Amino acid sequence: MALTGLFLCTFLVGHLLGNLQLILKTGEEGRRAFNEYAYFMSHNPAIKILSWVTYISILFHAIDGILLTIQNKKARPIPYARNNPSKNSSTPARYMAVLGTLVLVFIATHMANFWYKMKISEEVPMHSFIVSVPDQNGQVQSQEFYYTHNLQLIPKDDNFSVKNGTDLYMSKMNIKIGEGYRDLHTVVMQFFSKDNDSALFAVLFYVLSMFVLSFHLWHGFASAFQSLGLNHKKYNAAIGYIGKGFAILVPLLFAIIPIIIYLK
Amino acid sequence: MAAKSINITLKIWRQKNANTKGALETYSLNEVSTDSSFLEMLDQLNEQLINDRKEPVAFDHDCREGICGMCSLYINGRAHGPETGTTTCQLHMRMFSDGDTIYVEPWRSRAFPIVKDLVVDRSAFDRIQQAGGFVSVNTSGNTMDANSLPIPKDDADKAFEAAACIGCGACVASCKNGSAMLFVGAKVSQYALLPQGKVEARDRVLNMVRQMDEEGFGNCTNTGACEIECPKGISLENIARMNREFLKAGLSSEK
Repeated sequence: MALTGLFLCTFLVGHLLGNLQLILKTGEEGRRAFNEYAYFMSHNPAIKILSWVTYISILFHAIDGILLTIQNKKARPIPYARNNPSKNSSTPARYMAVLGTLVLVFIATHMANFWYKMKISEEVPMHSFIVSVPDQNGQVQSQEFYYTHNLQLIPKDDNFSVKNGTDLYMSKMNIKIGEGYRDLHTVVMQFFSKDNDSALFAVLFYVLSMFVLSFHLWHGFASAFQSLGLNHKKYNAAIGYIGKGFAILVPLLFAIIPIIIYLK
Repeated sequence: MAAKSINITLKIWRQKNANTKGALETYSLNEVSTDSSFLEMLDQLNEQLINDRKEPVAFDHDCREGICGMCSLYINGRAHGPETGTTTCQLHMRMFSDGDTIYVEPWRSRAFPIVKDLVVDRSAFDRIQQAGGFVSVNTSGNTMDANSLPIPKDDADKAFEAAACIGCGACVASCKNGSAMLFVGAKVSQYALLPQGKVEARDRVLNMVRQMDEEGFGNCTNTGACEIECPKGISLENIARMNREFLKAGLSSEK
Protein backbone atom coordinates (compact mmCIF):
# COMPACT_ATOMS: atom_id res chain seq x y z
CA MET A 1 0.00 0.00 0.00
CA ALA A 2 2.81 2.37 0.95
CA LEU A 3 4.90 1.86 -2.18
CA THR A 4 1.97 2.09 -4.60
CA GLY A 5 0.56 5.03 -2.62
CA LEU A 6 3.79 7.01 -2.83
CA PHE A 7 4.19 6.14 -6.51
CA LEU A 8 0.66 7.41 -7.14
CA CYS A 9 1.61 10.64 -5.32
CA THR A 10 4.37 11.21 -7.89
CA PHE A 11 1.85 10.38 -10.63
CA LEU A 12 -0.44 13.10 -9.25
CA VAL A 13 2.35 15.67 -9.56
CA GLY A 14 3.01 14.68 -13.19
CA HIS A 15 -0.68 14.70 -14.05
CA LEU A 16 -1.13 18.08 -12.37
CA LEU A 17 1.73 19.68 -14.30
CA GLY A 18 0.09 18.50 -17.53
CA ASN A 19 -3.34 19.78 -16.51
CA LEU A 20 -1.97 23.18 -15.56
CA GLN A 21 -1.21 23.75 -19.24
CA LEU A 22 -4.97 24.01 -19.74
CA ILE A 23 -4.99 27.33 -17.88
CA LEU A 24 -1.44 28.64 -18.09
CA LYS A 25 -1.63 29.27 -21.85
CA THR A 26 -4.81 30.46 -23.53
CA GLY A 27 -6.27 30.49 -27.02
CA GLU A 28 -4.79 28.54 -29.93
CA GLU A 29 -1.37 28.56 -28.24
CA GLY A 30 -2.79 26.79 -25.18
CA ARG A 31 -4.69 24.36 -27.37
CA ARG A 32 -1.53 23.46 -29.27
CA ALA A 33 0.60 23.16 -26.12
CA PHE A 34 -1.89 20.87 -24.42
CA ASN A 35 -2.49 18.67 -27.45
CA GLU A 36 1.25 18.35 -28.05
CA TYR A 37 1.61 17.34 -24.41
CA ALA A 38 -1.24 14.80 -24.82
CA TYR A 39 0.49 13.41 -27.93
CA PHE A 40 3.76 13.07 -26.04
CA MET A 41 1.99 11.31 -23.16
CA SER A 42 0.41 8.74 -25.48
CA HIS A 43 3.41 8.13 -27.76
CA ASN A 44 6.59 8.32 -25.68
CA PRO A 45 7.74 4.75 -24.90
CA ALA A 46 8.99 5.65 -21.42
CA ILE A 47 5.65 7.29 -20.63
CA LYS A 48 3.85 4.20 -21.96
CA ILE A 49 5.74 1.99 -19.51
CA LEU A 50 5.07 4.50 -16.74
CA SER A 51 1.36 4.55 -17.57
CA TRP A 52 1.18 0.76 -17.27
CA VAL A 53 2.95 0.98 -13.90
CA THR A 54 0.31 3.54 -12.93
CA TYR A 55 -2.63 1.33 -13.98
CA ILE A 56 -1.14 -1.61 -12.08
CA SER A 57 -0.46 0.59 -9.04
CA ILE A 58 -4.03 1.88 -8.95
CA LEU A 59 -5.40 -1.66 -9.24
CA PHE A 60 -3.00 -3.09 -6.66
CA HIS A 61 -3.60 -0.19 -4.26
CA ALA A 62 -7.38 -0.64 -4.57
CA ILE A 63 -7.49 -4.45 -4.43
CA ASP A 64 -4.96 -4.72 -1.59
CA GLY A 65 -6.84 -1.98 0.26
CA ILE A 66 -10.12 -3.87 -0.08
CA LEU A 67 -8.56 -7.18 1.04
CA LEU A 68 -6.92 -5.55 4.07
CA THR A 69 -10.16 -3.78 4.99
CA ILE A 70 -12.04 -7.09 4.87
CA GLN A 71 -9.41 -8.65 7.18
CA ASN A 72 -9.61 -5.64 9.50
CA LYS A 73 -13.41 -5.87 9.70
CA LYS A 74 -13.13 -9.57 10.54
CA ALA A 75 -10.71 -8.78 13.36
CA ARG A 76 -13.56 -7.23 15.37
CA PRO A 77 -16.76 -9.21 14.77
CA ILE A 78 -18.73 -7.55 17.59
CA PRO A 79 -18.53 -3.74 17.61
CA TYR A 80 -18.40 -1.65 20.77
CA ALA A 81 -21.75 -0.39 22.05
CA ARG A 82 -20.05 2.86 22.94
CA ASN A 83 -16.91 3.96 21.11
CA ASN A 84 -15.06 7.25 21.22
CA PRO A 85 -12.39 7.03 18.52
CA SER A 86 -12.22 10.79 17.92
CA LYS A 87 -10.26 11.00 21.19
CA ASN A 88 -7.35 9.02 19.80
CA SER A 89 -7.26 9.33 16.02
CA SER A 90 -8.03 11.71 13.17
CA THR A 91 -11.15 11.31 11.06
CA PRO A 92 -9.34 10.90 7.69
CA ALA A 93 -7.15 8.17 9.24
CA ARG A 94 -10.23 6.18 10.23
CA TYR A 95 -12.00 6.56 6.89
CA MET A 96 -9.17 5.75 4.48
CA ALA A 97 -11.07 2.85 2.89
CA VAL A 98 -14.22 4.93 2.31
CA LEU A 99 -12.17 7.86 0.98
CA GLY A 100 -10.17 5.54 -1.24
CA THR A 101 -13.34 3.96 -2.66
CA LEU A 102 -14.70 7.42 -3.50
CA VAL A 103 -11.41 8.31 -5.19
CA LEU A 104 -11.67 5.08 -7.21
CA VAL A 105 -15.21 5.99 -8.31
CA PHE A 106 -13.86 9.36 -9.42
CA ILE A 107 -10.98 7.72 -11.32
CA ALA A 108 -13.48 5.44 -13.11
CA THR A 109 -15.68 8.35 -14.23
CA HIS A 110 -12.62 10.47 -15.06
CA MET A 111 -11.17 7.72 -17.25
CA ALA A 112 -14.53 7.15 -18.95
CA ASN A 113 -14.77 10.86 -19.75
CA PHE A 114 -11.27 11.43 -21.10
CA TRP A 115 -8.97 8.38 -21.13
CA TYR A 116 -11.51 6.08 -22.82
CA LYS A 117 -12.41 8.65 -25.48
CA MET A 118 -8.76 9.37 -26.18
CA LYS A 119 -7.30 5.88 -26.13
CA ILE A 120 -10.04 3.32 -26.78
CA SER A 121 -13.00 4.74 -28.70
CA GLU A 122 -10.92 7.43 -30.42
CA GLU A 123 -13.90 9.78 -30.20
CA VAL A 124 -11.57 12.70 -29.68
CA PRO A 125 -11.49 14.62 -33.01
CA MET A 126 -8.29 15.69 -34.77
CA HIS A 127 -6.86 19.09 -34.02
CA SER A 128 -7.66 21.27 -37.04
CA PHE A 129 -7.97 24.96 -37.81
CA ILE A 130 -9.61 27.06 -40.49
CA VAL A 131 -7.63 29.43 -42.66
CA SER A 132 -9.63 32.18 -44.40
CA VAL A 133 -8.11 34.30 -47.20
CA PRO A 134 -9.82 36.61 -49.69
CA ASP A 135 -9.35 35.59 -53.36
CA GLN A 136 -8.90 37.93 -56.39
CA ASN A 137 -12.62 38.72 -56.39
CA GLY A 138 -12.62 39.71 -52.74
CA GLN A 139 -14.56 36.54 -51.78
CA VAL A 140 -13.39 34.95 -48.56
CA GLN A 141 -12.19 31.42 -49.15
CA SER A 142 -11.97 29.15 -46.13
CA GLN A 143 -10.17 25.88 -45.83
CA GLU A 144 -9.70 23.61 -42.86
CA PHE A 145 -6.25 22.20 -42.15
CA TYR A 146 -4.95 19.64 -39.71
CA TYR A 147 -2.57 20.92 -37.05
CA THR A 148 0.46 18.73 -37.78
CA HIS A 149 3.97 18.01 -36.69
CA ASN A 150 6.41 20.36 -38.47
CA LEU A 151 3.39 22.56 -39.35
CA GLN A 152 2.81 20.70 -42.62
CA LEU A 153 -0.33 22.07 -44.27
CA ILE A 154 -2.58 19.08 -44.83
CA PRO A 155 -6.17 19.99 -45.69
CA LYS A 156 -8.97 18.30 -43.82
CA ASP A 157 -10.87 16.82 -46.75
CA ASP A 158 -11.55 13.48 -48.42
CA ASN A 159 -8.08 13.32 -49.98
CA PHE A 160 -6.57 12.67 -46.57
CA SER A 161 -7.57 10.24 -43.86
CA VAL A 162 -6.54 9.49 -40.28
CA LYS A 163 -5.10 6.14 -39.27
CA ASN A 164 -3.60 4.70 -36.08
CA GLY A 165 -4.94 7.55 -34.00
CA THR A 166 -2.92 10.45 -35.34
CA ASP A 167 -1.26 9.35 -38.61
CA LEU A 168 -2.37 11.30 -41.69
CA TYR A 169 -2.57 9.28 -44.92
CA MET A 170 -3.23 10.17 -48.53
CA SER A 171 -6.51 8.32 -48.95
CA LYS A 172 -5.97 7.03 -52.51
CA MET A 173 -2.36 5.95 -52.31
CA ASN A 174 -2.33 4.77 -48.70
CA ILE A 175 0.90 6.65 -47.99
CA LYS A 176 1.58 8.33 -44.68
CA ILE A 177 2.44 11.94 -45.31
CA GLY A 178 2.29 13.46 -41.87
CA GLU A 179 1.19 13.25 -38.31
CA GLY A 180 -1.48 15.28 -36.55
CA TYR A 181 -2.74 15.69 -33.02
CA ARG A 182 -5.91 14.64 -31.23
CA ASP A 183 -7.77 17.69 -29.96
CA LEU A 184 -8.16 16.64 -26.33
CA HIS A 185 -7.94 20.30 -25.33
CA THR A 186 -11.28 21.13 -26.97
CA VAL A 187 -12.93 18.03 -25.49
CA VAL A 188 -11.83 19.08 -22.00
CA MET A 189 -12.81 22.71 -22.53
CA GLN A 190 -16.27 21.74 -23.79
CA PHE A 191 -16.71 19.22 -20.98
CA PHE A 192 -16.30 21.90 -18.32
CA SER A 193 -17.65 24.87 -20.31
CA LYS A 194 -20.69 26.85 -19.09
CA ASP A 195 -22.30 26.24 -22.49
CA ASN A 196 -22.52 22.56 -21.67
CA ASP A 197 -25.59 21.73 -19.55
CA SER A 198 -23.90 18.99 -17.56
CA ALA A 199 -20.76 21.04 -16.89
CA LEU A 200 -21.91 22.44 -13.55
CA PHE A 201 -22.45 18.92 -12.24
CA ALA A 202 -19.11 17.82 -13.70
CA VAL A 203 -17.26 20.70 -12.02
CA LEU A 204 -18.98 20.11 -8.67
CA PHE A 205 -18.25 16.38 -8.82
CA TYR A 206 -14.63 17.10 -9.72
CA VAL A 207 -14.14 19.60 -6.90
CA LEU A 208 -15.82 17.32 -4.34
CA SER A 209 -13.63 14.45 -5.49
CA MET A 210 -10.56 16.61 -4.93
CA PHE A 211 -11.74 17.26 -1.35
CA VAL A 212 -11.98 13.50 -0.88
CA LEU A 213 -8.51 13.05 -2.38
CA SER A 214 -7.18 15.73 -0.05
CA PHE A 215 -8.46 13.90 3.04
CA HIS A 216 -7.07 10.62 1.68
CA LEU A 217 -3.63 12.21 1.23
CA TRP A 218 -3.85 14.03 4.57
CA HIS A 219 -3.37 10.70 6.31
CA GLY A 220 -1.94 8.62 3.49
CA PHE A 221 1.23 10.56 2.66
CA ALA A 222 2.89 10.38 6.09
CA SER A 223 1.32 6.97 6.79
CA ALA A 224 3.20 5.48 3.84
CA PHE A 225 6.53 6.50 5.37
CA GLN A 226 5.60 4.91 8.70
CA SER A 227 4.60 1.66 6.97
CA LEU A 228 7.98 1.53 5.25
CA GLY A 229 9.63 1.90 8.64
CA LEU A 230 10.74 5.48 8.04
CA ASN A 231 9.99 6.95 11.43
CA HIS A 232 12.75 9.12 12.79
CA LYS A 233 12.65 12.04 15.21
CA LYS A 234 14.74 14.18 12.86
CA TYR A 235 12.48 13.73 9.84
CA ASN A 236 9.00 13.04 11.25
CA ALA A 237 8.06 16.71 11.48
CA ALA A 238 9.23 17.39 7.92
CA ILE A 239 7.36 14.36 6.54
CA GLY A 240 4.24 15.48 8.41
CA TYR A 241 4.36 19.06 7.10
CA ILE A 242 5.24 18.04 3.54
CA GLY A 243 2.43 15.47 3.59
CA LYS A 244 -0.15 17.97 4.79
CA GLY A 245 1.11 20.62 2.35
CA PHE A 246 0.92 18.06 -0.46
CA ALA A 247 -2.59 17.04 0.61
CA ILE A 248 -3.80 20.65 0.41
CA LEU A 249 -1.83 22.02 -2.55
CA VAL A 250 -2.13 19.22 -5.12
CA PRO A 251 -5.93 18.67 -4.93
CA LEU A 252 -6.43 22.45 -4.72
CA LEU A 253 -4.50 23.07 -7.94
CA PHE A 254 -6.34 20.21 -9.65
CA ALA A 255 -9.70 21.62 -8.53
CA ILE A 256 -9.17 25.21 -9.68
CA ILE A 257 -8.59 24.12 -13.30
CA PRO A 258 -12.20 23.04 -14.07
CA ILE A 259 -13.48 26.03 -12.07
CA ILE A 260 -11.46 28.45 -14.20
CA ILE A 261 -12.60 26.71 -17.41
CA TYR A 262 -16.22 26.87 -16.26
CA LEU A 263 -16.05 30.57 -15.37
CA LYS A 264 -14.40 31.56 -18.66
CA MET B 1 -9.53 17.25 48.28
CA ALA B 2 -12.35 16.03 50.37
CA ALA B 3 -13.83 12.69 49.42
CA LYS B 4 -17.31 12.82 48.09
CA SER B 5 -19.82 10.27 46.96
CA ILE B 6 -21.48 10.01 43.60
CA ASN B 7 -24.38 7.99 42.25
CA ILE B 8 -23.83 6.39 38.89
CA THR B 9 -25.54 4.18 36.33
CA LEU B 10 -23.48 1.35 34.85
CA LYS B 11 -24.06 -0.37 31.53
CA ILE B 12 -21.99 -3.54 31.74
CA TRP B 13 -21.51 -6.32 29.20
CA ARG B 14 -22.72 -9.59 30.69
CA GLN B 15 -21.98 -12.87 28.96
CA LYS B 16 -22.19 -16.28 30.62
CA ASN B 17 -19.40 -17.90 28.60
CA ALA B 18 -17.68 -17.97 25.24
CA ASN B 19 -20.54 -19.84 23.60
CA THR B 20 -23.46 -17.68 24.66
CA LYS B 21 -24.58 -14.32 23.39
CA GLY B 22 -23.99 -11.41 25.68
CA ALA B 23 -25.83 -8.15 26.27
CA LEU B 24 -25.44 -4.87 28.10
CA GLU B 25 -27.10 -4.83 31.52
CA THR B 26 -27.92 -1.67 33.42
CA TYR B 27 -27.10 -1.26 37.12
CA SER B 28 -27.52 1.66 39.51
CA LEU B 29 -24.78 2.13 42.06
CA ASN B 30 -25.09 4.72 44.83
CA GLU B 31 -22.64 6.20 47.30
CA VAL B 32 -19.50 5.55 45.28
CA SER B 33 -16.53 7.33 46.85
CA THR B 34 -14.66 9.49 44.33
CA ASP B 35 -11.45 8.29 46.03
CA SER B 36 -12.12 4.70 45.07
CA SER B 37 -10.52 3.20 42.03
CA PHE B 38 -12.59 1.97 39.10
CA LEU B 39 -12.01 -1.63 40.14
CA GLU B 40 -12.98 -0.87 43.74
CA MET B 41 -16.20 0.57 42.35
CA LEU B 42 -16.76 -2.74 40.50
CA ASP B 43 -16.02 -4.58 43.78
CA GLN B 44 -18.71 -2.44 45.38
CA LEU B 45 -21.13 -3.33 42.58
CA ASN B 46 -20.34 -7.02 43.02
CA GLU B 47 -21.03 -6.81 46.75
CA GLN B 48 -24.38 -5.26 45.92
CA LEU B 49 -25.08 -8.01 43.36
CA ILE B 50 -24.10 -10.77 45.82
CA ASN B 51 -26.35 -9.24 48.48
CA ASP B 52 -29.15 -9.28 45.92
CA ARG B 53 -28.29 -12.94 45.25
CA LYS B 54 -27.23 -12.18 41.69
CA GLU B 55 -24.18 -13.32 39.75
CA PRO B 56 -21.27 -10.89 40.28
CA VAL B 57 -19.55 -9.32 37.27
CA ALA B 58 -16.37 -11.15 36.24
CA PHE B 59 -13.43 -8.86 35.42
CA ASP B 60 -9.67 -9.30 35.20
CA HIS B 61 -7.31 -7.72 37.74
CA ASP B 62 -4.18 -8.58 39.63
CA CYS B 63 -1.61 -6.08 40.91
CA ARG B 64 -3.93 -3.05 40.95
CA GLU B 65 -0.91 -0.79 40.67
CA GLY B 66 -0.67 -0.45 36.91
CA ILE B 67 2.21 -2.79 36.16
CA CYS B 68 0.89 -6.29 35.60
CA GLY B 69 -1.24 -5.72 32.50
CA MET B 70 -4.06 -7.88 33.80
CA CYS B 71 -6.87 -5.34 33.98
CA SER B 72 -8.57 -4.29 30.78
CA LEU B 73 -12.06 -2.76 30.23
CA TYR B 74 -13.33 -0.47 27.51
CA ILE B 75 -14.83 2.37 29.54
CA ASN B 76 -17.08 4.95 27.88
CA GLY B 77 -15.67 4.13 24.47
CA ARG B 78 -11.99 4.17 25.41
CA ALA B 79 -9.49 1.51 26.47
CA HIS B 80 -8.69 1.88 30.20
CA GLY B 81 -11.15 4.79 30.40
CA PRO B 82 -10.87 8.52 29.85
CA GLU B 83 -7.48 9.12 31.48
CA THR B 84 -4.38 8.72 29.28
CA GLY B 85 -1.30 6.87 30.49
CA THR B 86 -3.17 4.81 33.07
CA THR B 87 -4.52 1.33 33.36
CA THR B 88 -8.08 0.73 34.53
CA CYS B 89 -6.87 -0.13 38.05
CA GLN B 90 -5.23 3.32 38.29
CA LEU B 91 -8.35 5.09 37.07
CA HIS B 92 -10.24 6.74 39.90
CA MET B 93 -13.89 7.58 40.27
CA ARG B 94 -13.01 11.28 40.66
CA MET B 95 -12.79 11.25 36.84
CA PHE B 96 -16.58 10.80 36.79
CA SER B 97 -19.47 12.99 37.92
CA ASP B 98 -22.62 12.40 39.87
CA GLY B 99 -25.37 10.99 37.64
CA ASP B 100 -22.97 9.72 34.94
CA THR B 101 -23.82 6.68 32.87
CA ILE B 102 -20.69 4.58 32.39
CA TYR B 103 -20.39 1.95 29.67
CA VAL B 104 -18.10 -0.95 30.56
CA GLU B 105 -17.28 -3.42 27.80
CA PRO B 106 -14.65 -6.11 27.30
CA TRP B 107 -11.84 -5.76 24.72
CA ARG B 108 -13.41 -6.48 21.33
CA SER B 109 -11.18 -8.60 19.13
CA ARG B 110 -11.57 -11.88 17.28
CA ALA B 111 -8.19 -12.87 18.72
CA PHE B 112 -9.36 -12.13 22.30
CA PRO B 113 -12.43 -14.38 22.79
CA ILE B 114 -14.61 -13.54 25.77
CA VAL B 115 -14.28 -15.98 28.67
CA LYS B 116 -17.01 -14.45 30.80
CA ASP B 117 -18.55 -10.98 31.17
CA LEU B 118 -15.58 -8.59 30.95
CA VAL B 119 -12.84 -11.23 30.99
CA VAL B 120 -11.15 -11.98 27.66
CA ASP B 121 -8.62 -14.64 26.77
CA ARG B 122 -5.38 -12.88 25.79
CA SER B 123 -3.29 -16.01 25.32
CA ALA B 124 -2.86 -14.94 21.67
CA PHE B 125 -0.27 -12.48 23.02
CA ASP B 126 1.51 -15.33 24.84
CA ARG B 127 1.66 -17.37 21.65
CA ILE B 128 3.13 -14.41 19.73
CA GLN B 129 5.73 -14.01 22.47
CA GLN B 130 6.54 -17.72 22.37
CA ALA B 131 6.99 -17.54 18.59
CA GLY B 132 10.08 -15.35 18.94
CA GLY B 133 10.06 -12.96 21.88
CA PHE B 134 13.11 -14.38 23.60
CA VAL B 135 16.90 -14.52 23.49
CA SER B 136 19.09 -17.58 23.83
CA VAL B 137 21.33 -17.42 26.89
CA ASN B 138 24.32 -19.67 27.27
CA THR B 139 24.08 -21.36 30.67
CA SER B 140 27.08 -23.66 30.35
CA GLY B 141 28.99 -21.89 33.08
CA ASN B 142 30.79 -19.29 31.01
CA THR B 143 27.97 -16.74 31.02
CA MET B 144 29.28 -13.24 30.46
CA ASP B 145 28.53 -10.44 32.83
CA ALA B 146 25.80 -8.35 31.22
CA ASN B 147 27.75 -5.15 31.78
CA SER B 148 30.71 -6.41 29.78
CA LEU B 149 28.71 -5.72 26.60
CA PRO B 150 28.80 -2.00 25.84
CA ILE B 151 25.39 -0.69 24.76
CA PRO B 152 24.74 2.94 23.75
CA LYS B 153 22.63 4.70 26.37
CA ASP B 154 20.05 5.83 23.79
CA ASP B 155 19.55 2.26 22.57
CA ALA B 156 19.31 0.94 26.12
CA ASP B 157 16.70 3.60 26.94
CA LYS B 158 14.66 2.83 23.82
CA ALA B 159 14.81 -0.92 24.49
CA PHE B 160 13.69 -0.25 28.04
CA GLU B 161 10.82 1.97 26.88
CA ALA B 162 9.69 -0.80 24.51
CA ALA B 163 10.03 -3.39 27.27
CA ALA B 164 7.70 -1.28 29.43
CA CYS B 165 4.81 -2.83 27.45
CA ILE B 166 2.70 -4.78 29.92
CA GLY B 167 0.77 -6.67 27.23
CA CYS B 168 -2.61 -5.46 28.44
CA GLY B 169 -4.10 -5.39 24.93
CA ALA B 170 -5.35 -1.79 24.98
CA CYS B 171 -3.67 -1.26 21.59
CA VAL B 172 -5.72 -4.04 20.03
CA ALA B 173 -8.88 -2.88 21.79
CA SER B 174 -8.63 0.73 20.65
CA CYS B 175 -7.39 0.05 17.11
CA LYS B 176 -10.23 0.32 14.60
CA ASN B 177 -8.66 -2.66 12.80
CA GLY B 178 -8.03 -4.72 15.92
CA SER B 179 -4.33 -4.72 15.07
CA ALA B 180 -1.68 -5.94 17.52
CA MET B 181 1.20 -4.17 15.81
CA LEU B 182 2.05 -1.90 18.76
CA PHE B 183 2.38 -4.89 21.07
CA VAL B 184 4.41 -6.92 18.57
CA GLY B 185 6.41 -3.81 17.60
CA ALA B 186 7.36 -3.25 21.24
CA LYS B 187 8.29 -6.88 21.78
CA VAL B 188 10.41 -6.97 18.62
CA SER B 189 12.04 -3.62 19.44
CA GLN B 190 13.09 -4.48 22.96
CA TYR B 191 15.41 -7.13 21.51
CA ALA B 192 16.20 -5.54 18.16
CA LEU B 193 17.96 -2.66 19.89
CA LEU B 194 20.23 -4.81 22.05
CA PRO B 195 23.24 -6.92 21.02
CA GLN B 196 21.77 -9.92 22.85
CA GLY B 197 18.82 -9.82 20.48
CA LYS B 198 20.83 -9.90 17.26
CA VAL B 199 21.28 -13.68 17.15
CA GLU B 200 17.61 -14.48 16.58
CA ALA B 201 16.69 -11.10 15.06
CA ARG B 202 15.73 -12.40 11.63
CA ASP B 203 13.62 -15.36 12.72
CA ARG B 204 12.12 -13.42 15.61
CA VAL B 205 10.36 -10.77 13.57
CA LEU B 206 9.23 -13.20 10.86
CA ASN B 207 7.86 -15.72 13.36
CA MET B 208 6.18 -13.16 15.60
CA VAL B 209 4.48 -11.41 12.67
CA ARG B 210 3.36 -14.74 11.23
CA GLN B 211 1.89 -15.77 14.58
CA MET B 212 0.21 -12.34 14.89
CA ASP B 213 -1.48 -12.85 11.52
CA GLU B 214 -2.49 -16.41 12.38
CA GLU B 215 -4.19 -15.23 15.56
CA GLY B 216 -6.56 -13.09 13.47
CA PHE B 217 -5.46 -9.59 14.43
CA GLY B 218 -6.11 -6.84 11.88
CA ASN B 219 -3.61 -4.74 9.95
CA CYS B 220 -2.05 -1.44 10.97
CA THR B 221 -3.30 1.63 9.10
CA ASN B 222 -1.29 4.06 11.23
CA THR B 223 -4.25 5.83 12.85
CA GLY B 224 -2.13 6.20 15.99
CA ALA B 225 -4.99 5.27 18.35
CA CYS B 226 -2.88 2.59 20.07
CA GLU B 227 -0.10 5.01 20.98
CA ILE B 228 -2.59 7.43 22.57
CA GLU B 229 -4.45 4.75 24.55
CA CYS B 230 -1.38 2.73 25.62
CA PRO B 231 -1.08 3.04 29.42
CA LYS B 232 2.71 2.77 29.07
CA GLY B 233 3.07 5.30 26.25
CA ILE B 234 4.65 2.83 23.82
CA SER B 235 5.58 4.83 20.71
CA LEU B 236 4.58 4.19 17.08
CA GLU B 237 8.33 4.29 16.43
CA ASN B 238 8.33 0.66 17.57
CA ILE B 239 5.93 -0.32 14.78
CA ALA B 240 8.19 1.39 12.24
CA ARG B 241 11.18 -0.47 13.70
CA MET B 242 9.31 -3.77 13.42
CA ASN B 243 8.45 -2.91 9.79
CA ARG B 244 12.14 -2.23 9.10
CA GLU B 245 13.16 -5.47 10.79
CA PHE B 246 10.47 -7.34 8.85
CA LEU B 247 11.54 -5.91 5.48
CA LYS B 248 15.18 -6.62 6.25
CA ALA B 249 14.50 -10.17 7.40
CA GLY B 250 12.06 -10.86 4.58
CA LEU B 251 14.65 -9.87 1.99
CA SER B 252 17.52 -11.85 3.48
CA SER B 253 15.89 -14.88 5.10
CA GLU B 254 16.12 -18.17 3.24
CA LYS B 255 13.04 -19.56 4.95
